[in-house]
Amino acid sequence: MRQFDWTAGIMPFLAVGVALLLGAGLIWASGASVLEAYGGVFAGMCGSWHALGETGVAATPYILAGLAVALSFRGGLFNIGAEGQLYLGALGAVVVGYTVGGLPIWLHLPLALAVGALGGALWGAIPGVLKARLGTHEVINTIMMNYIALKLLDYLVKHMLRDPTASVDRTPAILATATLPHLFGPSTRLHAGFLVALAAVVFVAWLLDKTTLGFEIRTVGTNPAAAQYAGMPVARTLVCTMALSGMLAGLAGAVEILGLYHMLPAAFSTGYGFDAIAVALLARSRPIGVLPAALLWGGLRNGAGLMQVRTGVSIDLINVIQALVLVCLAADQLFQALLRRHVGGPLLAWREKPPA
Amino acid sequence: MTLALEMHGITKRFPGVVANDHVDFQLGVGEIHALLGENGAGKTTLMHILYGLSRPDEGKLVVHGIPVQFASPGDAMAHGIGMVHQHFMLVPVLTVMENIILGQEVTRWGPFLDLRQAAQHIRQLAAQYHLAINPQALIQDLPVGLRQRVELLKALYRQATILILDEPTAVLTPAEVEHLFDTLTALAQHGTSIIFITHKLREVFHIAHRITVLRRGRVVGTLLPAETTEAQLAALMVGDARLTHVVKQPRAISGEGVLHVRDVHVLDDRGTPAVAGVSLTVHAGEILGIAGVQGNGQTELVEALAGLRHPTAGSITLHGVDVTRATPRQLAEGGVAHIPEDRHKHGMVEPYSIADNLVLNTYHHQPFARRMVRHSAAIAAHAARLMHAFDVRAPHPATQASSLSGGNQQKMVIARECSRPLTLLIAAQPTRGLDVGATAFIHQHLVQQREQGCAVLLVSADLDEILTLSDRIAVMYHGKVLAIVADHEASRETLGQLLAGVATA
Repeated sequence: MRQFDWTAGIMPFLAVGVALLLGAGLIWASGASVLEAYGGVFAGMCGSWHALGETGVAATPYILAGLAVALSFRGGLFNIGAEGQLYLGALGAVVVGYTVGGLPIWLHLPLALAVGALGGALWGAIPGVLKARLGTHEVINTIMMNYIALKLLDYLVKHMLRDPTASVDRTPAILATATLPHLFGPSTRLHAGFLVALAAVVFVAWLLDKTTLGFEIRTVGTNPAAAQYAGMPVARTLVCTMALSGMLAGLAGAVEILGLYHMLPAAFSTGYGFDAIAVALLARSRPIGVLPAALLWGGLRNGAGLMQVRTGVSIDLINVIQALVLVCLAADQLFQALLRRHVGGPLLAWREKPPA
Repeated sequence: MTLALEMHGITKRFPGVVANDHVDFQLGVGEIHALLGENGAGKTTLMHILYGLSRPDEGKLVVHGIPVQFASPGDAMAHGIGMVHQHFMLVPVLTVMENIILGQEVTRWGPFLDLRQAAQHIRQLAAQYHLAINPQALIQDLPVGLRQRVELLKALYRQATILILDEPTAVLTPAEVEHLFDTLTALAQHGTSIIFITHKLREVFHIAHRITVLRRGRVVGTLLPAETTEAQLAALMVGDARLTHVVKQPRAISGEGVLHVRDVHVLDDRGTPAVAGVSLTVHAGEILGIAGVQGNGQTELVEALAGLRHPTAGSITLHGVDVTRATPRQLAEGGVAHIPEDRHKHGMVEPYSIADNLVLNTYHHQPFARRMVRHSAAIAAHAARLMHAFDVRAPHPATQASSLSGGNQQKMVIARECSRPLTLLIAAQPTRGLDVGATAFIHQHLVQQREQGCAVLLVSADLDEILTLSDRIAVMYHGKVLAIVADHEASRETLGQLLAGVATA
C-alpha cells in the first residue's frame, strides 16, 4: 500500500511557515520589531503596483530556471548546470541582439530568444549525451560545464565581444528591435519576459502531462528499468530531458539580457541557476508549483530592501530565511514522520514492505 | 535437545500475499538448521520477524525458554540473536575493528575508546573460532569472503548465541564456502545455534543437522539430511498438489517453429556466464515450460529473449528473422509479449495510474497518441475495457497501480501484454506470490493464448505449474538445458532429479 500523500502536499507551506517563524525569532533577537520587518518585506513585495512589478521582474528568471531544474528532476536527472546553461542563453541572445540588424521586431526578438534557448539546450545536451553514452554522472558534468561557461563568457566579453567605446568590460547594447518591451510603459520595469515565463510554465506542464515525450521523461525518471522493458528510448529521453532543461535555463538568461540588462557585462554571475534548485524543490518539481515558488523567492528578494530601509534589519536575513526553507524541505522526512505520529495516527505499517 | 528458539504459528500478511502462514520452527542449542525455499517462499520475512525488523500478525516467539516480542533489531540482539545479512552491513572506510565495535564501543576514562582492549577481545574471538583477520585492515580493501568473516565476528562480539545467515554462500567462491562451513561447524560445537538460509540443495547436506522447507509461506517439511535426497527436497521446494484445475485441449498438430534459440550464451550482472549454450524451439500453439531451481540462468535467458540483455554468442530468430540484438520495442512490435519475473522492477510504474500502466509500451500509437499528443480519453477507455476483460479489481482506471494487490497488479501486466496481436508470449514466474484465484485466472489465460495459436514460453520454479500447463518441458541447470521432454513422459521424480542436476535424462 502506498502511504497517504497529504503530508507531502503540505510540506512546502509548512517549510515556508517554519522558516518565517525561525526568521521572526532572529529579528526579535536582533532587537527589531518583527511586525515592522515583515511588514516591510510584504510592502516591498506587493504593497504597490510598482512593488508587484518589481517582484515580477525578480521572479521571471526564477520561473524559467526553476522550470529547467524541475523538468530535470521529473526525468530523474539532477541538473546542477542551470547556471551555465543560463550564461549560454545570455550569450546567444546578446550576440543576435546587437549583431543582426535590419530585422523587424517580430522577427529579431524571437530570433534572439530562440538562439539563447538553443545555446542553453546545447550546453545542457552535452552532459545528457555523456550520461546516455558513457554513463558519466550528470551532477559532476553539469557542475564542470558551469565553470566552462563562466570562463568562456568572461573571455568573450573581455576580448572578442567587447564594446570598444565602453569604459567597462561589456558587449555593445542590443538593438531596440531585440528588446523585450515593458508591459506597462516605463513606470515599472516589468517586461514581456514575464509573459515568456508564464507561457513556459503552461508549456512544460502540457509537455509533461499530455505528450508522449513527457510520458517518456516521467517514466525514465520514475522507473528506468520499466521504461527499458516497455521499449522506451531511454538514452534518447535522457538527452531530450537535459536539452529541454538547458533550453529553459538558456531562455532565463536570454530574457534577462533582452528585458533587463540590454547588454552583457563581464562577470555576469547571477546565481539564478542555483536558486532555481531551491525553487524547484519548493515546487516539488511541479511546473505549476514553480510559479508561486518563484514569485515567493523573487518577492522575498525584492521586499528585503524596504525591510532594511524601514527597520535596519540586514537584507541578508532573507538569505537566511531562504536557507531555512531549504533546510525544512530537506528535513521533510522528519516533518512527515512527526505529522503522521501526531496527526495521522499510528501508521507504522506503511513502512513495512515485503522483502524483495 | 535443549531448544534455543521456538516459533509457534507465525503468520505475516502483506497486502495480497500471505508471506508466512502459521509457521512452526524450532532450533536446538548447537544445531545448524537449514531453512530451504524458493525466492518468495517466506524465508526472509520469517527471519525479519525473528530479528525484530518486522512484527508478526499472529504467533509467538520463544528464545531460550522465554516468550519474547521484538520491536527492533536491538531487542533481538539483546536476546543473543545475530544476523549476517546477504548484503553486508559494513562501513567500507572504517577498519575491521571499528566496524566490529560500532555501537558496542569499549570506553575508559569517560568518552575515550579503549581500542587496545577491543583489539585484544577481537583477536581472542578470531583465534577461538579460526577466523583469522587483521583488525586494522580497511573493509574496502577486503575480499567478500573476509567481509563476511567480519560480519560473523561482529555477531560473536555481541555475544550472539543464535546466528541467522541469509544466503551466506551466494557471494562466496567454493574455497570460501568450504572455510565458512568449517567455521560454522566449530561454532555449533561451541554451542552456537545457527539458522542457515539457502536455496542451494547441495549445501544443506554438507552443513545442516536438520532441514526445514518453506513453500508459499508454509512449512512443507522438516527433515534430517540422512533421511532425504536432493530430488525429494527439490520436489518439496517447488510444488505440491495444486488446488486449481486447468482445462487444456490436447495439442493437435505441431505448429510451425516461432522462436528458434541457437547456442545462446548470456552473462549475468557480475559478468559471469549465466546461460551457457542454450538451444530450443517454441512452436505456434504450444506451451514450452522451462523448469529449474531459481538462479540457474532462467532470468538471464528470458532477459536475452526480451531484448533487455544482449547474448554474447548464439542467435535468436523469430519467424526466421534474426532478433538477437533487437530492442524491446522492435520485439513488441513483432508480436512478442513479456510478462516479467519482477513486476515491480520491470512490469509496472508504481506511482502511475492503471490506465498509464496499461499503455506503457503502446502509448505512442494511435489512438493513445496523435503525433506527440496523448489522448487521455482513449487511454481511459482502453483501461476500462481491459480492466473488465482481465478482471483487474480497482475502483477506477485512474487508481494508482501501487495500491492494487499483487494479483491485480499481475493481471494488469498480463492485460497489457496480452491485449495486442501476439505470436510469442514469454511468461516468467507469472504466478509467483499470488493467491489461488489469481493463479488460476493467469493459468487459464496462458492456455487461451496457446489455443489461439500463440507460442508460449513459460519459465517457472513451480513444478506443478510447469506440469499442469506445458506441452513440452525443458529443465535448466547451471545455465544449460539438461533435457527437453514431452509432458506425458515427464514425472515428478525424473524432473526432480533433473532439477537437482543429478540426472541428465
